[in-house]
Amino acid sequence: MDSLFGNFDLSAFASALLLGISIGSIWLIAALGLTIIYGTAGVINMAHGEFLMLGAYSSYMLQAYFGVPFFLCIPASFVIVGLVGLIMERGLIRYLYNRPLDTLLATWGVSLVLMQGVRLIFGSDPKYIAVPQMFQESVEIGFFSISLFRIVVLLITALLVAMIWYLFYRTRFGMQVRAVTQNKEMAAAFGINSGRVYMMTFALGAGLAGVAGSLFGVLNIVLPTMGTSYVVQAFLVVVVGGGSLVGSVAAGAGTGELQSIFAYFTSDTFARFLLFVLIVILLRYKPQGLFAITKARR
Amino acid sequence: MKISRRGFLKKTAVAAAAIAAPHLWVPVTREAWGATLKKGEPIKIGILFSLTGSLAVPEEDSTLAMQYAIDEINAAGGINGSPIEPVIIDAKSDFNVYSEKMKELILRHKVIATFGCYTSASRKAVLPAVMQHKSLLYYPTCYEGAECTQNTICTGPLANQHSKDLIPFMVQNFGKKVFFVGSDYVWPKESNKNAKVWLEQAGGELLGEEYIPLGSSEFTPVLNKIKQANPDFIFSTVVGASDIAFHKQFKQEGFKVEKMPIASLTTGEIETKAMGVEYGAGHFLSAPYFQGLDNPTNAKFVEKFLGSKYGKNGTTHYNMEETYTSAYVFKYGLEKAIADHGIEDVTSAKLRDASAGIKVPDEVSPEGLTWIDPENFNTWLVPKIGQCQADGSFKIVKQAAEHVAPDPYSIYPDLGKCTAKGLMAPDGKLRTNVI
Repeated sequence: MDSLFGNFDLSAFASALLLGISIGSIWLIAALGLTIIYGTAGVINMAHGEFLMLGAYSSYMLQAYFGVPFFLCIPASFVIVGLVGLIMERGLIRYLYNRPLDTLLATWGVSLVLMQGVRLIFGSDPKYIAVPQMFQESVEIGFFSISLFRIVVLLITALLVAMIWYLFYRTRFGMQVRAVTQNKEMAAAFGINSGRVYMMTFALGAGLAGVAGSLFGVLNIVLPTMGTSYVVQAFLVVVVGGGSLVGSVAAGAGTGELQSIFAYFTSDTFARFLLFVLIVILLRYKPQGLFAITKARR
Repeated sequence: MKISRRGFLKKTAVAAAAIAAPHLWVPVTREAWGATLKKGEPIKIGILFSLTGSLAVPEEDSTLAMQYAIDEINAAGGINGSPIEPVIIDAKSDFNVYSEKMKELILRHKVIATFGCYTSASRKAVLPAVMQHKSLLYYPTCYEGAECTQNTICTGPLANQHSKDLIPFMVQNFGKKVFFVGSDYVWPKESNKNAKVWLEQAGGELLGEEYIPLGSSEFTPVLNKIKQANPDFIFSTVVGASDIAFHKQFKQEGFKVEKMPIASLTTGEIETKAMGVEYGAGHFLSAPYFQGLDNPTNAKFVEKFLGSKYGKNGTTHYNMEETYTSAYVFKYGLEKAIADHGIEDVTSAKLRDASAGIKVPDEVSPEGLTWIDPENFNTWLVPKIGQCQADGSFKIVKQAAEHVAPDPYSIYPDLGKCTAKGLMAPDGKLRTNVI
């Protein structure tokens, strides 16, 4: 640990590279819902962290009170948090689409309400999500070992990305979403119900955050404030990626990998510092992010 | 009125100075802001812990333990017939809020003393206000020492009562090679400085030292380094929510507790319950109190506390117990101060002076008899090492033979000795309020 490269060891470094993929997948899954909501409707959803938190609490609730097995809790969290997102969009966000600053404030307010609501219902002591015994273990592949649960997270992330891609680029609904994203008025002139498209994408984004949250409850601690620790990373991924799906995938993988490599050579704190500096420099030269969506800016 | 540029600047500067430095215009005489006690009127104290945010895991329970102790004291007639009235404030895990709210407690609520803070970072944030206004802080948890203020009373263990036994115990039972992991702030760094001294004395070898930002939940890079170094045990000073993520990921990444246990200064009953027993079992903790301590006072304390409305989280913990006993240190100290000076003349400073040598007897203290050191105002206690069992309780595997004296400068003998009046340097110079 004395010098920067004094302790270089190839197998440990290779492990760090592979761990970077895992970290990247966690950051990406945290950012997926945000990407969709921001990318489609242009809403900067400050309550995203609380959607993650609600996902964890949904899983906890289903497991502790109804005895639902963990792997059924994940899709159930998608539905529950998706519904919360739907209600929020219908009740609040849809009135604010053309007022970006107001959505910022309103969603922030909603985040406080959600946090406090959960605290009132469940208390502020940490909760606990149980997983099957095998997911507390790790697998060894040669020199490298990784927890099985992180592989599950990676696979679910990959699956979700594939599903979103299919939904957006291979279905009729996806075509409508892209049309609305590019030009809302023009799309409406062609008979697309843009209000409905926004509603569905917002609910979808919220539901994806719910899935991520129920997975984070296993890696981390379940608390009303747990969302805040992930939301910064999620915003970073979206901003660096530029708000498109491919951008978020690239940004999630890239930042996760860099964090892991920097942390290997220096320390965790310093790695985070380096990463932020790099992102600032990147945004200086590419303020739209890596892969910006082409759309009519309103 | 004509506003000239110069005049405007002058007025702005005066206004800014008045806002930035309130002690220039707020009168600083005792009558103006100091706490005054009146016979029969409630005694106001501050309770300043985080009820929300990343530090809420241990700190909310400290608040509950404090409220429980106050209810118990009030039910038994209060202090000299006056009930204690707590002013409870949520510090939101934000160090700016700590220092701001401490000023509010002293200046607006006029509390005679404040109980609060769990991290050394928050203690260092509030101390300037406490010292400036000659108030009193009861700090009811462990800390690193190397501090000598005239405005604190600490009821938790110092480094020499905390890791001094733990490190040799681990070296003897598991091996010489150790890896240090901690949260990135002052307490873990100072604790590790102490631990290095004990490690050298025990003949151990330090393989690496890593710090994680407070509140961070990603431990795989650190665990990867630990795997590479392959120590015999890990010495951990990770706190709060991160500690739970650390233990979870330790197991999930394939580390085996039998081969490489974590010896922690913080992972107690609350943390174990929050992470799930399967992640906590087998690891070690050094603390003066465990829920499983076998004595009648503790049995009564655990039963009554968990049965009360404050016991909703279902466990007791070293932090809560240290907070609970600090309430009694306050009660006995204030009774003595009132007897010495009369109730109208008691100030925070006189309360502290009267607390020198105050004993919390076996019948009250769940960890057994403790007393306040009359010089440095930390606590004489019996350090213990416990191992987490499969049911989440801790089994005492080692206990010091007798009470250990608190020594805030045990690894810095050159700096001097902490006395009631200040830090006495070896050359006879006295410095007050050293932080």
